[in-house]
Amino acid sequence: MRNVFLFIRRYFTFISFVLLQVLALSMLFRYNKYQRAVFLGKANEITGYFNSKYDNVDDYFHLKEENLRIHKMNDSLLNLLPGNFVKVDTGSHVITDTVTYDTSYLVRKYLAKEAKVVSNSINSQKNYFQINRGARQGIKDNMAVINSDGSVVGQIVGVSDNFSQAMSLLHVHSTVSAMMKKSRNNGRIEWDGQSPFYLTLKNIPKSDSVLVGDTVLTGINSYNYPPGWIIGRVSEIVEDKSTNFYVLRVRPSANFQNLQQVFVIENLQREEQVTLDKATQKKVDDLNKRKQ
Amino acid sequence: MNDVLKNIIRFILFIGLQVYVLDKVPALHRFIIPIIYFLFILWLPFSVSRFWLLIIGFITGLSYDYFKNTPGLHAAACVLIAYFRPFIVNILIPKDTSEFNYSEPSAKAMGWAPYGVYVFALSLLHHGYLLLLEWLDVGNILDLLVKVVATTAISILLIFTAEILFPRRMKYRTNTAY
Repeated sequence: MRNVFLFIRRYFTFISFVLLQVLALSMLFRYNKYQRAVFLGKANEITGYFNSKYDNVDDYFHLKEENLRIHKMNDSLLNLLPGNFVKVDTGSHVITDTVTYDTSYLVRKYLAKEAKVVSNSINSQKNYFQINRGARQGIKDNMAVINSDGSVVGQIVGVSDNFSQAMSLLHVHSTVSAMMKKSRNNGRIEWDGQSPFYLTLKNIPKSDSVLVGDTVLTGINSYNYPPGWIIGRVSEIVEDKSTNFYVLRVRPSANFQNLQQVFVIENLQREEQVTLDKATQKKVDDLNKRKQ
Repeated sequence: MNDVLKNIIRFILFIGLQVYVLDKVPALHRFIIPIIYFLFILWLPFSVSRFWLLIIGFITGLSYDYFKNTPGLHAAACVLIAYFRPFIVNILIPKDTSEFNYSEPSAKAMGWAPYGVYVFALSLLHHGYLLLLEWLDVGNILDLLVKVVATTAISILLIFTAEILFPRRMKYRTNTAY
């Protein structure tokens, strides 16, 4: 027993070094596995506080660009107003509906909430940004985040009371369902962790005639992202002779460097879709088992 | 000024500088990542015991981690350099520690060449370990090597710039009576 104590006393520094290393590494690897931080809740509130202070100052430097983006967005929405359209058939006339809900049997699927980016990174291989809305404001995991000009920027991965963390498209683990605007072929957008100016689009079949400059939108194979929002434009077509699929380099249309105002988009039917997916999976598994 | 107070202020300044200045600078190239916050550990006084060096290293790394959303990554690297710091100091400085004339490592206290070696060794250790851990997740061996060299070079450049721009006024301590 005495020898044990002597051993511990002798190698006390080394033992504490090993313990701290193990602690740090276990935090690191557990975090990577689940995409969210151990102990993040409280720390998120604290870093969020400092980040929003910094952001208050930083805002002034981006006001002009931000105004321009919002103005463009407003412009595109303005053109959608029903007042801009007239019926040429004089037998009918336009009635402006004053009922707040939609009476034509439409159900809302996506709901947008505005938020503000308080901290942002593009320099590392796993980029996150923090927004100033959290669980108390109804933000949940897996919600999509789009920029003020309507381009996709990421998805929520961690939520605390008043702040939440989003995984940017510039994250090596990020995968987003995407489609070509012209052909509606579906693929997936990833990032190779190298240049923040290029994403990679995979799984577009070579039967599709892709040209440089083609628009890439979010696809329909996603429970998180609403389909049809712009991701970017094809900037380079890489020939991969070994497969029947293109590897496309895509220039994202969002400028990740100066994210300011964003929208968080919630899929109101996500729960139902996921449950259905799981139930189907289970049914098929059961069928297979019975066959064997 | 009190040593503890001085180091607490220094800690806040280094983390602030790293998070709100260096990490906000648009990247010139994907290999060029300016990292300087660990200079805080390099500048800790000689008198800090080896155990406390480890604890301070862990806290430094972890607080930076929470800003970067990578809990444990920088903490692991900081604990590593905090562990190796005393060994390197012992190799570079004449043995008898009671006769240190200055309270903390600096170019003036150690001489430019030994201080350079000290900074180089610990920066290389820090970045090597940090990027190795990052590489385990997203592998590309060539990227790893180039990144280690590039980030170490940038860090050393930053550290010597800091050393020249902000010379720390340090008392020359001696036990001989004037």
